[in-house]
Formats: sequence, C-alpha cells, structure tokens
Amino acid sequence: MADDKEREGTELVVAEFHKKIKDAFEVFDHEANNTVDVREIGTIIRSLGCCPSEGELHDLILEVEEEEPTGYIRFEKFLPVMTKVLLEKRYRPIPEDILLRAFEVLDPSKRGFLTKEELIKYMTEEGEPFSQEEMEEMLSAAIDPESNSIRYKDYIAMMVVDDG
Amino acid sequence: MGSGTSAQHHFAFQNAEKAFKAAALIQRWYRRYMARLEMRRHCTWRIFQSIEYAGQQDQDKLHDFFSYLVDHFTPNSNHERDFLNCKFTTERFLQDSEMEKGSDYESIEVPDNYTGPRLSFPLLPDHATALVEAFRLKQQLHARYVLNLLHETRKHLVQLPNINRVSTCYSEEITVCGDLHGQLDDLIFIFHKNGLPSPERAYVFNGDFVDRGKESVEILMILLYGFTKEVMHKYKTHGKKILKILQDVFCWLPLATLVDEKVLILHGGVSDMTDLELLAKLDRHKIVSTLWRKTRKQKGKQPAKEKAAPTSHAERPAPWLLPQSCSLPTWPLHLGSPGRHRTSRSSSIPCSRPVEPLELAPRGGSSADLGLGGAGSRQASPRAGPEGRPRSSRQKQAQRPRSPCRPRRRKTISWPFQVVDILWSDPMAQEGCKANTVRGGGCYFGPNVTEQLLQKYNLQFLIRSHECKPEGYEFCHRRKVLTIFSASNYYEVGSNRGAYVKLGPALTPYVVQYQANKETHRLTMRQRISRVEESALRSLREKLFASSLDLLGEFKKHDADKTGLITLSAWAEAVESVLHLGLPWLMLRPQLVNSSTDNTLEYKSWLEDLAKEQLSRENIQSSLLETLYRNRSNLEAIFRIIDSDHSGFISLDEFRQTWKLFSSHMNIDITDDCICDLARSIDFNRDGHIDINEFLEAFHIVEQSSTEGDTSDCPQATNTDNSGCSKPSKH
Repeated sequence: MADDKEREGTELVVAEFHKKIKDAFEVFDHEANNTVDVREIGTIIRSLGCCPSEGELHDLILEVEEEEPTGYIRFEKFLPVMTKVLLEKRYRPIPEDILLRAFEVLDPSKRGFLTKEELIKYMTEEGEPFSQEEMEEMLSAAIDPESNSIRYKDYIAMMVVDDG
Repeated sequence: MGSGTSAQHHFAFQNAEKAFKAAALIQRWYRRYMARLEMRRHCTWRIFQSIEYAGQQDQDKLHDFFSYLVDHFTPNSNHERDFLNCKFTTERFLQDSEMEKGSDYESIEVPDNYTGPRLSFPLLPDHATALVEAFRLKQQLHARYVLNLLHETRKHLVQLPNINRVSTCYSEEITVCGDLHGQLDDLIFIFHKNGLPSPERAYVFNGDFVDRGKESVEILMILLYGFTKEVMHKYKTHGKKILKILQDVFCWLPLATLVDEKVLILHGGVSDMTDLELLAKLDRHKIVSTLWRKTRKQKGKQPAKEKAAPTSHAERPAPWLLPQSCSLPTWPLHLGSPGRHRTSRSSSIPCSRPVEPLELAPRGGSSADLGLGGAGSRQASPRAGPEGRPRSSRQKQAQRPRSPCRPRRRKTISWPFQVVDILWSDPMAQEGCKANTVRGGGCYFGPNVTEQLLQKYNLQFLIRSHECKPEGYEFCHRRKVLTIFSASNYYEVGSNRGAYVKLGPALTPYVVQYQANKETHRLTMRQRISRVEESALRSLREKLFASSLDLLGEFKKHDADKTGLITLSAWAEAVESVLHLGLPWLMLRPQLVNSSTDNTLEYKSWLEDLAKEQLSRENIQSSLLETLYRNRSNLEAIFRIIDSDHSGFISLDEFRQTWKLFSSHMNIDITDDCICDLARSIDFNRDGHIDINEFLEAFHIVEQSSTEGDTSDCPQATNTDNSGCSKPSKH
C-alpha cells in the first residue's frame, strides 16, 4: 500500500516534469512538428533548471540524437531522457558560494577582482573555453570600464537566476 | 631534483588543476545563465505575438459586431435608428473629376508666419531633402502642401503599371525597405546611412509605412502617405480633405516591383495560383470595393466559429463600410494585428477577416524617378520568428499557427484573390500551399511554390516584408525568399533590429541592419532583454487581470477539495484554457507567480495581487472595469467611428448608446445605471462630452511613446488626481 502511494507520488511528479519539458521544448519547435534544432537543446536543458558542463551536454545529445544524426532532435526521444535527468536531479545548479570560491581560486591574492586580461585568459584558455562571442558578451556586462576589471562578488550578485 | 622541486611541481600541478576546475565551473554557470536569457527572449517574443493575435481576434469580434448591426439590427426607437444612420452613412468615393480639379488646395492660404517647408512643383530633389530635414527637426508641413503633394503624387501614380519596373542600368543601386510603421527615426537613419533617394539611388518601399509609429504623416509626406488619427490630429481643419485624397492615392499604388526582370518585390508573398500577367492587367484602382464584396461572401462559407457569433453574414456588402474600408485605418489598434498562434496547443481557431485585407491592402512599392517611393499601406500584420540568428541550414520558418490544415479549395482564383495573395501571404517551411487562417487572406507558401513561380517567370528571388524579424531580415526557401523589415524596436525598445537590402547590377542582396535607438547600444544583452521582457509581461498581466473571473472559475475546477491551492501545472493549464494564447506558461511562471517552494499556489491571493497592480480607480466596480478592460480595443475602435468628425470628443449620450449596443451584442451584463455613472464620472469637466483619450487612458490604454531619451513629451497615464485624468497622449 505504501508502495502504491509512493508510485502515485512519483507518477504525479513525472507528470509535472513532462509538462515542464513539453513547454520548454515547444518554445523552440518552430515548425510545430515536435522537433528542435540540436543547437537549441543546450538552452532547453538549461532552462529546465539543469547546469551541465559542455561535456555532459554533449553526452546527453548523443543519447537523444537519431542513429543517423539529422541535426534535429525529436520530442519522443528527448522526453524520457530529460525526465530521467530531472528525476535523478542531475546537473544541479551551482550555489553562489561555490561560484564565489571558484573566482577566488583564480584570484589567489584575494584582491576581490580579476583584471580583464586575466578573465579573458582563464575563460578562453582554461576549462571548457569560451567562444569569442561568449567572451565578448561576458565582458560587456562584467567589466567595469573604469577599472577594466571585474569585481566578481558584485557580478555574481547581479547575475542571479531566479528559478522559482 | 630534490623533494622541494617535486613538491613544487605537485603544488603547481594542483593549482593548475584547481584553476582549470574553477574556470570550468564559472563557464558552466555562465552558460546556464545565458541559456536562461535566451529562453526568456524567446518567451517574450511569443508573448508579444500572442497578444497581437488575441487583439486580432478582438477585431474579428468587432467586425462581427458591425456585420450584425447591418444585418439584424432593428432599432427600437427612432432615436436609435437615427443614431445608427447618422453614424454609418455612406460617403462616396470622390469622383475622378473632383480629384483632378485639385482646387482643393489652391484656395488654401499659407500664413506668413508659417516656418515649415514650402513646396513647389515639379518637386525637385532639393525639396525632398529639405522636407526630410524639416521633419527631422519636428516641423509640420502645411495642409496646402500636403494636399498639393498628394495631388501630384496621384497624377504620377496613375501612370505607373501594376507591376512597376526598376532597372539597375538606370539606378546603379536599388535599396529596398520593408515595413516602417510610422517610425520616422528609422527612415531618417536609413537616409542618413544610405543616402537620400536620387535617380542613381532608387528606393523601393515595400508597404506598411504607417500605423503605430507617431510620425506616419512625415513618413508619408516623404513617401507620400498618411494616417487617419495622426492626420486628423495634425491637420484639424483640412484633415478630412487630406484623408479623402489619401484614399485615392492609396488605391493607385502599384502592386509589385520587378528589378531587372529578375527580382520580384511584393509585400506579402505568392501563392500557387499567382499569375503575374493577370496582375499586370487588372484595374488596381477598383480593387478595394470588389475585394470587400468578395471576401464577405467567402466569410459566409467558413466553418462555424468556436465562440458563439452571429452566424448569418449577409451576402450583400455593407455600403456604409466601403469608404472606410478603403480609407486609412479607422480603428488604430495598438497591438491589434495578427500574430502567430499555436493552434496546435490551443483550441480556438482564428476566423478569417472580411474587411481587414482590404483596408490593410499593403502594396508593393514603386520607385519614382525622383526616388520617392510609393506603396502606402496600413496596419501591419507583423509576425516574428523567435530565432535570434537567421538559419543557414534547413530553413526554419517563423512560427506559424498550425490550423487543422485546410488545403486551398479553389481550383482557379479570380483576380481579387490574386491581389490578396500577394499582399497577405507568408512563407512557410513545409512544401505546399495552404490558406493563411491567421491573416484571413492569402496563404502560407512553401519552397516548392516559390521555386515554381521563379521558374515560371524566370526570376532569381523574391523580396517581401509583412513580418517582423528579430534581426530585421530573414532568408528562407534556400535563400530564394528574403524578408526585409525596416521598423526597428517594433514591439518595444530593444525588441528587434531593422534592416534594408541593397541590390546592384549583379543583384546580389546586401543587407544592412540597424537599431534606431542609441540607448539600446549601451545596454547589455541582459538589460535589453529585461526591458523588452518587462513590457511583454506587463501586457500579459493586464490580460490575465482582465480575465480574473474566468480564471477563478477555472482554478476552482482544479481545486476539488477546496484547499485554496492548486499545483503550478494546474495553474498553467487553467490559464491557457482561459486566455488561449498558446504560451509556454510553465516557462513564464517565475515571472508571473512568486516562487512557491512546494509547487503549489494560493490562487485567490495571486488574483488579488494581480488586481492590486492593475486597478487604479476604486470608484468603479471591479467587474465593470474588468469587462471594459477586456474589450478595450473594441471600445476604442467603436468610439473612433462614432467620433465621425474626429474631434476626439463624443457626447455622453452617444457614449451611452454605443455602449448599450455593444454590450447587448457581446452579451455583457452591465446595467444602464452603471454605464451612466461611468460616463458621468469620466466627463470630468461636466460639459456633456467625453474626451476619448482621457477615457481610454483611465484604463491605461495609451500608445507607448517610443522613448528617445527624455524627449518624449507624451507622459504615460498615471492617475495622479481624483478625476483620474491625465494629459492625453499626443500623436
């Protein structure tokens, strides 16, 4: 009996997830034929509350792609995979304090900021490097033009994502 | 060598690894943030479009209302009958002879103290330059010159063929501009960046010059057209004369333009029936009235609508609507133009509109030798694709309503539909050709239709406008169709770029983008998106509020146990079933509903919070307010028509009468007393007249003045005093 209740509870949760996933998917389903361009999958997954790395994203895409990749992802394949991701709470978002510590690692002398050059170096040479476009976009919002640096604590506070 | 060195190495390695990991973490977080922004951007676009579409449905109801009046209304009293007759009497077209007399303007005196531009004919390029400059400095052209210019224009247009020809032999460079929608700044920017029109630099303006922007008259005077509300406001004495002539000039615009016999420019698109020879032969001047009759007939054959609407539509035309149908917009809806609608997720099916295609008949442009473009038109039907970047691989089209696909029924089509097709059609990704149900005219045409047409007439590609695109332009159909849209920031400051395209002798399209608002350049993407999003959300909240009662009903259905709570997905379902906007509600939820930790929502208090935001006048019953809110686009339209002298005032009595008629038709349950009270309370100066603008402003119905730094002198409505009155927005 307890099992039944538990199953019912899970079913409800799954139903909710399905609706959410459907909503997000349909935003990019421009031709209303239950497919999205594979280049939008990252956006969709991240909008559903997940925060995968590029590598993890790549793996996910492999799971949902067709056997012969067409450049499009079908909803029928996406839904079960994404549901599992949500149920398993995979790719959880990064809490602000961890993020702050990451910046502090790059700023060992604890100045409280990174220079523009340092930021560019780290973001384009380390980790999973940014494209030029990504770098420019980050700089436009993050860099204080007068000091030519990024005060990362303020920056993080500014960039809070409201998940609700 | 030595432990120190290896420890250092180890340490260095650890640090490097830490730095790598830290960088990866930051990047991961950042990418997620940007993805969220991207999603919000798409959702915002969808909101704008859905609301536009819903506004279109309002307009359908309005047309139904008028049809109903014409077909069924039996006035109960002489008074009411006189009222109707008086308001809806026919005006005839001005006879050709009257037009050519042109004595309209010669008698008008220009006062000595007039400092605006003075024109003489034949118009020289210098005059046009002076005109542009004068308008840039916000001067107004005197009515006499307006009329004179229109007369001359008409004379010129009459000589042009239906399909105008332009050659790169004569003009080395041809520039094609899309919809402008009265946004003078965009036009001035284009002239500034690209140069003024001249014999060597021809311009083709591809329709939809007017409506929405506030400087339609100026654009028109530069491009030879005007717009009712604006015209009447700017030319109180001679406005009506001007409008009459505009009607005629409008009908004389060419339908399309052909560049070097290879590139076809038309406003909407094509269909599988498009016949250029036929189009070239027809009498375009007579189009409007014929189309009105024909499409009304067609409407009668449509399947029953979802909402209960008067089912009998008379076959005979409504003569009293004819002159207005070809006049420039009689009901300037702010958001009321068809947007895309995802019928795959909603049950409502858009109905076709009998009158719209006519009044709105946008035309393909023509380029005069002086480089002054032709092609006026009217209220647009912008629909946009949410893609930020134009796709190069498989063309993904702008989102499209997928109505249960109604194939084209006709085997051959008569010439009025030829015109409707080229003015109203939109491209789609799928092969084939099907009826364009959202716009109510024209079709959705697929890549094969394009290919067919290009081959049949030995053309290279098509240029069209008619749809708003985030980047101002978009290629589709394997780059055989180019959509060009020149009104930047169309929905809202920061919403989209504008673009124009240049063609040289090689006919290779060269697109130039811009965004005529300095402010947006300084904003980060995040700020830009936030701004536009706020505007969209505001409109959305208004709509939610307007349906509060219905929403409450729906919520209760999901709350069988009467706990006062519903799940978030129940909320999404309920909202969609009431509003029918086809929006991704769960994606929008964080912006509309305060975060709830356990996935539930107290719906009553949510509705109350919504109301608190929206309500500003406590002395009006909230239900009345809600109803008026819901119908406000219709109300404005009706008021404008009642206000036949375009004075901006209607009498209390007219107001009461109108509301009675309207509410009985729409089954709105409001007592007479309430209406009287409302009317009286709005008549602020107690002179028996209501200023339409003040009334509408009382419900926050103001045109958003495009913000140009601080130069806007049109304050938004804020009820700062008891009378709830604020300065009417200047147009």
